[in-house]
Amino acid sequence: MCGIISVIDRSKAGMDGSRIKHALSLMDERGSGEGAGYAAYGIYPDYAEYYALHLFFNNLVEPKDKVDEILRSWGEIECEEEIPTIEQPDLRRTHIPWRYFFKPDRTLMPGSTTPEEDIITMLVMKINTTIQGALVFSSGKNIGVFKASGWPEAVADFYQIDQYEGYIWLAHNRYPTNTSGWWGGAHPFNLLDWSVIHNGEITSYGTNRRYIESYGYKCTMFTDTEVVAYLCDLLGRKHGLPEELMVRAFAPPFWDEIDRMKEADYTLNSAIRLTYGSALMNGPFAIVVATTDGIVGFTDRIKLRPLIAAEAGDRLYISSEEAAIRRMEPNLDRVWMPKAGEPVIGRVRP
Amino acid sequence: MSIGSVPIKFRVSIDPNRCMLCERCIENCPYGTYRREDEKIIVDSRSCVACHRCVAMCPRDAISIEEKPIDYRSHPLWTREAREAIYNQARTGRIVLAGMGNATDLPSIFDRLLLDACQVTNPSIDPLREPMELRTYLGKKPRKLEIKKGRDGDIELKTTLSPNLKLNIPIMIGHMSYGAISLNAQLSMARAVSHLGTFMGTGEGGLHPSLREYQNNMIVQVASGRFGVDIDYLERGAAIEIKIGQGAKPGIGGHLPGEKVGPEVSQTRMIPEKSDAISPAPHHDIYSIEDLKQLVHSLKEATEWKKPVFVKIAAVHNVAAIASGIARSSADAVVIDGFRGGTGAAPRVFRDHVGIPIEAAIAAVDQKLRSQGIRNEISIIASGGIRDSADVTKAIALGADAIYIGTAALIAMGCRVCGTCYRGLCPWGIATQDTKLTRRLDPDVEWQHVANLMHGWTLEISELMGAAGINSIESLRGNRDRLRGYMLDEAMMNVLDVKPVGA
Repeated sequence: MCGIISVIDRSKAGMDGSRIKHALSLMDERGSGEGAGYAAYGIYPDYAEYYALHLFFNNLVEPKDKVDEILRSWGEIECEEEIPTIEQPDLRRTHIPWRYFFKPDRTLMPGSTTPEEDIITMLVMKINTTIQGALVFSSGKNIGVFKASGWPEAVADFYQIDQYEGYIWLAHNRYPTNTSGWWGGAHPFNLLDWSVIHNGEITSYGTNRRYIESYGYKCTMFTDTEVVAYLCDLLGRKHGLPEELMVRAFAPPFWDEIDRMKEADYTLNSAIRLTYGSALMNGPFAIVVATTDGIVGFTDRIKLRPLIAAEAGDRLYISSEEAAIRRMEPNLDRVWMPKAGEPVIGRVRP
Repeated sequence: MSIGSVPIKFRVSIDPNRCMLCERCIENCPYGTYRREDEKIIVDSRSCVACHRCVAMCPRDAISIEEKPIDYRSHPLWTREAREAIYNQARTGRIVLAGMGNATDLPSIFDRLLLDACQVTNPSIDPLREPMELRTYLGKKPRKLEIKKGRDGDIELKTTLSPNLKLNIPIMIGHMSYGAISLNAQLSMARAVSHLGTFMGTGEGGLHPSLREYQNNMIVQVASGRFGVDIDYLERGAAIEIKIGQGAKPGIGGHLPGEKVGPEVSQTRMIPEKSDAISPAPHHDIYSIEDLKQLVHSLKEATEWKKPVFVKIAAVHNVAAIASGIARSSADAVVIDGFRGGTGAAPRVFRDHVGIPIEAAIAAVDQKLRSQGIRNEISIIASGGIRDSADVTKAIALGADAIYIGTAALIAMGCRVCGTCYRGLCPWGIATQDTKLTRRLDPDVEWQHVANLMHGWTLEISELMGAAGINSIESLRGNRDRLRGYMLDEAMMNVLDVKPVGA
């Protein structure tokens, strides 16, 4: 199951997290109270030039010392603190959420065209695979993920998400199957600017994982969703594919359809399938991916999971359920069901 | 020492109550097992190879064949096979020849890998109602696409893809040459692959003129003897395969005895009639990987870079490193032939003791190419002992792009795996050039059997994929998460990168 909802304000006007909390709570039938999470863009304007690293620490002794050490050797920590939380009766605190505002030292990654991103990616992989008791779950600029094991309301209140204002929000209500309801397993998954929420199961996970790992990414969270974030980073950032083509690689048209296309489209779509066959995602899923520029929602090629989109003024909503969208905004200009594999894209206005 | 009479391998008996003395058994057996004396068929069991031709032709089911009717004193080390090989070799003083694939009792890894299916959390996909894509492209693929976005938002593709071979199904028929097998056998298989939209190999025997109508579905082979190779041959093929080695006999060459080189074979191979066709162990212009690179390049140049070039190697211990070297040439696919691969004739000691299983070879090659970031540079074609659709599915899940079958296609045409191909008397008209025998194989009938087999496998693979919640072959390829090892040791599972059942 799982329920997802996301919203973007194309004019970049801020929205606090209170409405999305209510919308997500409406879909409690889709979750089990073992995981919920939110991602918000534009929430750290004072530190917009720094990478906001959100971590779960099991304790603040060994793991934190090691993380401090590795971060200091790769750049500068501008500021760090425990993420403010309020105890909730039905949420058991098993980790300490912490945040660093960090600037990597570009000179330490010579030969890279994107040294800052590459350092951050490397640090995330390194911390998550080598430092026991520490997990980076959010690593973008001016972005934050807030997640834990619990019902959506409890998680939202724990992190006080109504205190943050963002122009993009992603939210996820989890019914865990692949991994137990540990905090790291809750959505959204994030790497750099990419955040992902996902309802479903990726049956091609093994193929996607082998593909992405051959590019140096390491899957550390024992769940299929994280490969989506890494695939977006590879295809979207490193290979520079526009969002619609990136989604085309993930959920391409069937060959029958491609065979009927005009030559230029045929060539492009065949090239995508041949080149990015290992990035094709199979199985039932509805996914919303966000970057600082916008959000894109899409489903698997035969739409085995629900996805609905709606617009109201500058705002675009994508969700598992229309009811959840209406909980956020009762007066919608347009509501529609995207076709299987067809992306719904919402970009901020330039 | 009298070693002339080892116990018979098979005992043939005829039920006199059923036999109607039609003599079909006598006509059909090229090995001289039967003769008629008065009102009785007399049997010489020692001549029987258990090819079952007589059994198939007997209208009364009067014939029965019993294997190993005479027991040796049993011994765990000095098995029947060990003793008989010694008798044979003591008599001849030669290398012992054997046909078909590895005959030792080693466990099959495929049989110890189990496939996955969906339950509850994700729905199975019904291939009768939903699209199921098995289309496969073999050849180099770019690592990434260069896209240029025009001012008006138009997308322009800057990358040009190299020619790939388009297969409707990921199953092809491997290289069995005209000479090793009959023209009728090749014609049957060629018609089947062209009907199904897939490919077969010519082997190192040239392309007979009557196969030209199927040339768009044929892969021409360039092996160490260079038999049958000229520019016309290269240009007719849909792809070109350089054969370095073969799973049944890694490290050694091939030998087509002169008796099989009649006028037609002679013309097709471009060698004198009745002359032995000897393919040397190495290519004498390839003594290192850079020499191979040059040959690939030369073949590409000769065919104006329009055709994919494959390189076939036997699965040997260092297969992964060799494949990664091949991937760095202009080659489009590496064919890995496992130690169970069949052959008309191979030295028994090679057939049974040299090379490694195809399952481990696929896993090692795929892993090595990925760890070096060059998996897109080359497709992997696996072969050697693929018996059914489950083997195909598992091979692809381990990382192969497509597979070659060989023996399975021959069995579809009647072959009973008697392993006597090297005598050139194949009673099914497959591994022989004797027109009395080859005319038994009617291409108009047998192509359908080959096509049926491959089509049946295709349906089964579609069902297996659908059950696993996968609707395109790309998502099966290298998806080792959907495999589990059963009764495999931990070291083997690490090589295969699969978890044990239950994990």
